[in-house]
Amino acid sequence: MSAAGAPADSAVPVGHCVTLMVEKKSAEERVVALAGNPNVGKSTVFNGLTGLNQHTGNWPGKTVANAQGGYRYKGKDYVLVDIPGTYSLMANSEEEEIARDFICFGEPDVTVVVADATCLERNLNLVLQTMEISKQVVLCVNLLDEAKKKKIRVGLDVLSERLGIPVVGTCARSGKGLKNLMEAVAESARQGAGTKPPPVVYDPSVERAVAALQPAVEAALCGKLNSRWVSLRLLDGETGILNTLENYLGFDILSRAGVAESLAAAKENLEKECDGGDSPRDRIVTGIVELCEKIAGEAVVCEGSGYSERDRKIDRILTSRATGIPIMILLLCGVFWLTVEGANYPSELIADGLFRLEDLLAALFTAAGAPLWLKGLLVDGGYRTLAWVVSVMLPPMAIFFPLFTLLEDLGYLPRVAFNMDDFFRRAHAHGKQSLTMCMGCMILQPVIFST
Amino acid sequence: MEREIPLNRLPVGKKANVSRLRLGGTERRRMLDLGIVGGTEIEPLYKSPTGNPAAYLIRGAVIALRTDTSSAILMKA
Repeated sequence: MSAAGAPADSAVPVGHCVTLMVEKKSAEERVVALAGNPNVGKSTVFNGLTGLNQHTGNWPGKTVANAQGGYRYKGKDYVLVDIPGTYSLMANSEEEEIARDFICFGEPDVTVVVADATCLERNLNLVLQTMEISKQVVLCVNLLDEAKKKKIRVGLDVLSERLGIPVVGTCARSGKGLKNLMEAVAESARQGAGTKPPPVVYDPSVERAVAALQPAVEAALCGKLNSRWVSLRLLDGETGILNTLENYLGFDILSRAGVAESLAAAKENLEKECDGGDSPRDRIVTGIVELCEKIAGEAVVCEGSGYSERDRKIDRILTSRATGIPIMILLLCGVFWLTVEGANYPSELIADGLFRLEDLLAALFTAAGAPLWLKGLLVDGGYRTLAWVVSVMLPPMAIFFPLFTLLEDLGYLPRVAFNMDDFFRRAHAHGKQSLTMCMGCMILQPVIFST
Repeated sequence: MEREIPLNRLPVGKKANVSRLRLGGTERRRMLDLGIVGGTEIEPLYKSPTGNPAAYLIRGAVIALRTDTSSAILMKA
């Protein structure tokens, strides 16, 4: 608790009038949103910054997990909010909706976007979209050690210059660069909102439509949100955003003077100009994608080809009709066999030890003259059950999960999901559920939750 | 009139550029977000044992697409 007085909770509205309580220790505490594509090491960065000082839960009203944590840097407190991993903020799914809603309407002081150095171009999509909404963005280029292995060099200075935002390189697994990240966040938070040029400049037809619509939208918003971004979303035809906007603003933006008319006129002109070619929505997304390609082309140098000949050969063997499935069955059976065989000996040892202890405990209770029902409850019931569970379950899990993690670290598991996808598709499921099913052979509870 | 071929019919190892997407709504958005826009180069890398899905090299990333999606992505032949 800071000395500044009673803790103030900042209730942050997230769509549909449900609030996410971001627990701030004081009014000076900065809220930092942590966004990024899936599998870029966002959780590693989060854990690296907050340590054990975090708690998890769910986004209100959703099934998606949420984590919040805090850290202290140079005398100031920061609360970090982990946003679900998404490829874009265009709200195709629940995760993207949550991400967009928090970054846009949650008003974090700084948004950190974590990117994967080994496929920067694709990650830049989210970075640019975030820059369009959020006033302060810091780019954290993670997995630099992986990039080095693949002979990919990322020019962080070039990136920073082209994007106009601070760029920090990290290797969160080993904790490198996290101090620089905290410094960049602190600096961005200190600077606060400033006017910056729009990160993405679109097709002239789109820009004309935005210019026609923006004044009316700006007047209606009264400085609450980025009017350019709202204008683009209105033109883009995304219906979901209108509801969220209404909840946030407290009024329907289309009901404000001139907005509906400007929108209709701008849309009509835009559609006329797009006639026969790409739709307005396509043009907007294409604009971002092309800029990502351009920036990545300037900032990233691949000394080898990203996907090498050796990787190609290995993948062909792992996924071909003749060898793919046999290898998969062999490997998985191998893991199961090792687990079962390997667990027998330790299981026996542990069982022996624990039951011997149980006899001792029973003797202790009798010697102390404890009532029979107490001994029954604690020793025969509680302790014995615990001993059984530990001796039976602990050794197999202690063998299976490290082996499974080894397969994951080798990068083999996506190939399993890839091979199995067709079978799962016929059951209206997804190939990645084959992995949770494998884990289900050990323990079912997390599997059921994850499906 | 340009000749077009659906992505799933493109032979493994043959690179081609995207002509247009015959997809709508969320799926279209998803493909555009992955960088599959007009002119993007895609190379089929390998197919799964049953042929569906197949893996494609798109902007430096290996992405698996099911046939119902890849058949709607038309490439310039």
